[in-house]
Amino acid sequence: MASVNAPMEGKVFKINVNVGDKVQMDDEIIVLEAMKMETPIYASDSGTVKEIKVKEGDSVSEDQVLLVIE
Amino acid sequence: MFKVFEDLIVNSGFVHLTWGNLVMWVIAFVLMYLAIKKQYEPLLLLPISFGILVVNLPLTFLMEPNTGLIWRFYHYGVEWEIIPPLIFLGLGAMTDFGPVIANPKTLLLGGGAQVGVYVTFFVALVFGFNMNEAASIAIIGGADGPTTIYLASHLAPYLLGPVAVAAYSYMAMVPIVQPPIMKLLTTEAERKIVMKKLRPVSKMEKIVFPVVTAVLIMMIVPSSAALMAMFMLGNLFKESGVVERLTKASQNELMNIVTIFLGISVGATMTAEVFLQSQVIFIFILGLIAFSVSTASGVLLAKLMNLFLKEKINPLIGAAGVSAVPMAARVAHKVAAEANRQNYLIMHAMGPNVAGVIGTLIAASVMLTFLGK
Repeated sequence: MASVNAPMEGKVFKINVNVGDKVQMDDEIIVLEAMKMETPIYASDSGTVKEIKVKEGDSVSEDQVLLVIE
Repeated sequence: MFKVFEDLIVNSGFVHLTWGNLVMWVIAFVLMYLAIKKQYEPLLLLPISFGILVVNLPLTFLMEPNTGLIWRFYHYGVEWEIIPPLIFLGLGAMTDFGPVIANPKTLLLGGGAQVGVYVTFFVALVFGFNMNEAASIAIIGGADGPTTIYLASHLAPYLLGPVAVAAYSYMAMVPIVQPPIMKLLTTEAERKIVMKKLRPVSKMEKIVFPVVTAVLIMMIVPSSAALMAMFMLGNLFKESGVVERLTKASQNELMNIVTIFLGISVGATMTAEVFLQSQVIFIFILGLIAFSVSTASGVLLAKLMNLFLKEKINPLIGAAGVSAVPMAARVAHKVAAEANRQNYLIMHAMGPNVAGVIGTLIAASVMLTFLGK
């Protein structure tokens, strides 16, 4: 099981996956908006998306868990 | 009756239109297109392009000394050097120096990426520009709009238009110009270097930083005072946390207002007689040299530092030392992510990036000290 954490503080701009989706390591799964820039967040492991802990528009802090891959 | 029509035609702009004016219209339309359709630095390129268009309409006298509307904006805003420091106030209120405080080594990288400015200064002299002109062109390499405008309006006001447009064009092209240079100078393994997470920075440190930096830098380079004082005041507003109204005004209302006056004034300096000269082509070439050398020197300095550092830095962040906040930091992040998608370099790159603003400001001030009045 691996969690994908926010590498920096920002806002969730887009979520590209749903719970139950299969993802490969390095897939673009979330786009974070920080400092007026969009930063893609990639899957840190391969597996199935077990839980998405944020929704689009949420503000997140550094290291906050965004979703869990199993 | 016929006479009235004749007068109307003779006093209209059409009979006085020159080929040069028409060429400038085309340039204005191209910049307008880039600003609107491609969103290249639209906040500045849009008012600049409109300024170019209207100043090349004959008989409008918008830039006529003492009477023209835009001349007044230009005279009191730019010639009196009021607008660039006010923009710096806003920039200060938007800048987070946290990454620099957490990793002060990045200050060096912000300085290292100014090499292009000094190299280009000498190249421009070889091209036949005089000292003041060479300095105004070289500062393009710092990739900082307001500093460029400030220096050029001081040293070579007649070059202000082309120099500013070159600076903003290259800033918009950071994602195109920088990556090839960065990849050429680094190995795959270097681009993959993951840097340790930055330590948290306390509020106290963030408050002390602008005050100490302002005092230190202004003591060392007094001619930096106008820009530096406003820059650090804006930052102190933000970090103090007690003057939210002033912070917001500096970041938003004031910044937006002066940006409008700055854009249209800079655009309006570009009459056909000024812009359509062979030397303008050289300004663009030299600007590109300045920009490229600065990118390269930033990366190379980072590699040099790695020879001595136990904890290696990713040399790509050196390229973010050219200011262009936050675009250059984003480029460093993207190039690193291409090599290793699990590498989030953005915050590390913000360090040299904001340090680069200070670096460019100092480079400009040094030139001002030696060349200015």
